[in-house]
Amino acid sequence: MRIGLFFALFAFPAVLLAQTPPDVQKVLQRDFNTRGQATMDRVVQDGVQRVCTESNDRPPAGLAKQMEADQLKTIAFPEGSLIGDWKNGERIAQSGRGLQWTDAAGAAGGGSCYNCHQLSPQETSHGTLGPSLLRFGATRGRGPEMQRYVYGKIYNAKAYNLCSQMPRLGYSGTLTSEQIKDLVGLLLDPASPVNK
Amino acid sequence: MKRFFAAIVLGALSVPAPAQDAKKEIQKYQQMIAEGSPVELFELEGEALWKKPQGPNNVSLEKCDLGQGSGVLKGAYARLPRYFKDADRVMDLEARLLHCMTTLQGRGRDEATKRVFGNESQPSEMEYLSAYVAAQSRGMKLAPGTSHPREKEAFELGKALFFHRAGGWDMSCASCHGEEGKRIRMQDLPVLHKREFARPIMATWPAYRVSNSQFKTMQWRLNDCYRQMRYPEPKFASDATIALTTFLTVTAAGEPYRGPGTKR
Repeated sequence: MRIGLFFALFAFPAVLLAQTPPDVQKVLQRDFNTRGQATMDRVVQDGVQRVCTESNDRPPAGLAKQMEADQLKTIAFPEGSLIGDWKNGERIAQSGRGLQWTDAAGAAGGGSCYNCHQLSPQETSHGTLGPSLLRFGATRGRGPEMQRYVYGKIYNAKAYNLCSQMPRLGYSGTLTSEQIKDLVGLLLDPASPVNK
Repeated sequence: MKRFFAAIVLGALSVPAPAQDAKKEIQKYQQMIAEGSPVELFELEGEALWKKPQGPNNVSLEKCDLGQGSGVLKGAYARLPRYFKDADRVMDLEARLLHCMTTLQGRGRDEATKRVFGNESQPSEMEYLSAYVAAQSRGMKLAPGTSHPREKEAFELGKALFFHRAGGWDMSCASCHGEEGKRIRMQDLPVLHKREFARPIMATWPAYRVSNSQFKTMQWRLNDCYRQMRYPEPKFASDATIALTTFLTVTAAGEPYRGPGTKR
């Protein structure tokens, strides 16, 4: 009864006064244009983008676990060793191309890795949005499980942390399976400068 | 001019600085580029364009009302974006200039927006005009419109856009500009929804960029962020872009304008 009265007095007017949140997706659909390969379907949020926006990147734990499991299913792990050519991986890590309207559709993309991560110690111009990956393989090993984790994390980071700021580089079509293997090599190969 | 800047860049970068000294070096470099900036040349060219009769009506923009009355330039930029009754929408500088081009000069929107972003060899009309108009607000506090319901609406939309995750890489503005002390490569990232970070940034746009020898508008800044966020392209002077600029400028309100700036 008291609770009912409380709602009648305070909660109801609060609902009436609250501003309707703007429908951002509709605004984007009205105010953006396809250009080159950057097509308008990209402003339609998928489940991950919607849940992360609505929860301010703090989704309820149960929901996050369930959605991460769904994201994991998007990853097609290749057979055999996942450790590719680290030298090629270094070039991919340096490149910031791919998916932009200024990039040619179908041309090889890059991982933009150095934008956010420290990798090879020789490259001092690295970002800090993501954790340092210096000596990643040297400290974590390079067994099949670690290979799978690194491959999967690059392919679809949201399978491991739903609202990670890291792009889903394989899932989004930015990197090919071979390119991701080369990045796994950069991180795990003992000969890679990352592990020297 | 270009060789002069190249020399400065090489001078600043040739010092093999350990990480702790890098920040100091960058600050020194920023000071040097500000002292030798060609911003004034853009202002002068913008003034000539402002006074040049153009379009089917063969008139200049000198009677353009930027919010403080017909032809009033002083302090006009510092009070944008704001709601304009004649257009019934909130407008930033570029949207208002476009409005004057179409209404006063009688130009078609397609013609007037054909080349809104210039390049090194040929800057755009919009860039020159932005330099000229913004410069007339130097020293004045940023005071965008915040009282009209449409201005409040634009602020709320801009804020929602800032935190909205979408696009090919799942990004929002906050993906890069949401956490303190972060960088992309060597570039420090301002946390733009916070007052202390938004203030120095919004007080120095539009700006001359030394790295590509071009003068850039705020509309360009947002456009290029969305390109890198792997979104489709925002329409020039659209409500979404004006809402974002409203959100950022209101967050920075009170800061004395000291642009057009000079950036790396």
